Amino acid sequence: MCGVCGCGEGHSHSHDHGHSHDHHHHDHDHEHGAAHAHAPGLSRLRMVQIEQDILAKNNRYAAENRRYFNERGMLALNLVSSPGSGKTTLLTETIARLQGDADIAVIEGDQQTARDAERIRATGVQAVQINTGKGCHLDAHRVGHALASLQPSDHSLLFIENVGNLVCPSSFDLGEAHKVVILSVTEGEDKPIKYPDMFHAADLMILNKTDLLPYLDFDSEQCIQYAKQVNPRIKVLSLSAKTGEGIDNWLRWLKAELELQRIGYA
Amino acid sequence: MHEMSLCESVLQILEQQAEAQQYRKVKTVWLEIGALAGVEIEALRFSFDIVVQGSLADQARLEIIEVPGQAWCLPCGRNVAVQQLYDQCPHCGSHQLQVNGGDQMRIKELEVE
Repeated sequence: MCGVCGCGEGHSHSHDHGHSHDHHHHDHDHEHGAAHAHAPGLSRLRMVQIEQDILAKNNRYAAENRRYFNERGMLALNLVSSPGSGKTTLLTETIARLQGDADIAVIEGDQQTARDAERIRATGVQAVQINTGKGCHLDAHRVGHALASLQPSDHSLLFIENVGNLVCPSSFDLGEAHKVVILSVTEGEDKPIKYPDMFHAADLMILNKTDLLPYLDFDSEQCIQYAKQVNPRIKVLSLSAKTGEGIDNWLRWLKAELELQRIGYA
Repeated sequence: MHEMSLCESVLQILEQQAEAQQYRKVKTVWLEIGALAGVEIEALRFSFDIVVQGSLADQARLEIIEVPGQAWCLPCGRNVAVQQLYDQCPHCGSHQLQVNGGDQMRIKELEVE
C-alpha cells in the first residue's frame, strides 16, 4: 500500500512484465468477445491525438518529491557517476565530517545487494537501499517510496546515490536540488564529451581520486574544458575522498547549499 | 538501456488512454524524439517491440518523428542548430549555448481501433 502516490492495486512499474503476461493468459479469451461489438467489415481505424510527454509520470512524482523537500527545508542531491568513481567512499567521508552540522539521510540505488546501504549505516546515519533489479536508473516514484520509509528530519541533507551509470540517470528527475556528477581521474578526461547528457544535466562536477594524478596522464584542465563545452554553467571541485585533499571545499559547498534551502531561497 | 523503461512508460500511457479515448487496439504510435533527448532510436524500436508484446499495442508500428537540436547562442543572441550537446555555435564558435529545442520525447498521436 502506498501512502505517497496511492499506487498499489493493479499498478505497474518494474514488475510490469510478469503482470501483463499473467493477464495475457487469464484474460485473453474474454478480451475479444466482451468489449465493443463492431460491425464486421467496417474500417474502425481512427487517429487519436495524445500529445503527452513520455516522462510525464516520472516528472509528476519528481515535482511531488521537490515539494516535499522544499516544505521541509531539505537539501536533496542526486549523485551520479559511472560505477567505481568513489561515490560511496565520498559519502562515508562526507558524513564523518558533517555529522553534528546536519542531519543526514541516504538513499542508495544499485541493481543488486544492500552493500552500499550497509556501508552508510556503519557511519551511523539512516540509509535505505533501492535495488533496481534490471533497471539502469532510479526513478522519482521509487525515491518517493524511500522517503516514506526514511522520514528524514526537517532541514536535513539527503544524498541520493544513483545507480552507477553515466547514461540513463540523466533523463530522470528525482526532485533533487542538484545533480552532482562524480568523475574519478582514472576514467579519462574525455568522459564529459563521451557522455554529454549527464554532464549537461549536472550542476556540479567532482573530480575525485586526485591523489592518483601523479601516476596518470589525466589532463584536469582539458577535462574541465570538455565539461564546460557540454555545460557552460557547470561548477567543478577537485578532491580526494581517500586522503581528504580538497574535501573541505566540498563540505563548504554543501553547507552553503543547505543554508539556501533552509532559508527557503530555492 | 533506459529506452526499455521509456517504452514501458509509453505503454502505460496507451493503457491509460484506452478507456478515455475508447479504443481496444493500437495499430501505430507516433513518437516525437529530439536529437538531444539522449534516446537511441534503434534501442527504442528494439525495446518497443518487446514491451508491447501481449498488450493492446501488440505488433503496433512505431513511427519516430525526429526533431533537430536547437540552442540559443548567448553571444550571438539567436537560435542556432546543434547536433550534439558539446557543439559550438556555427557562427561565433562559442559554447555558451542554451538548448531550447530538440530535447523532447513525446507521444504525438495514435492510430487505434
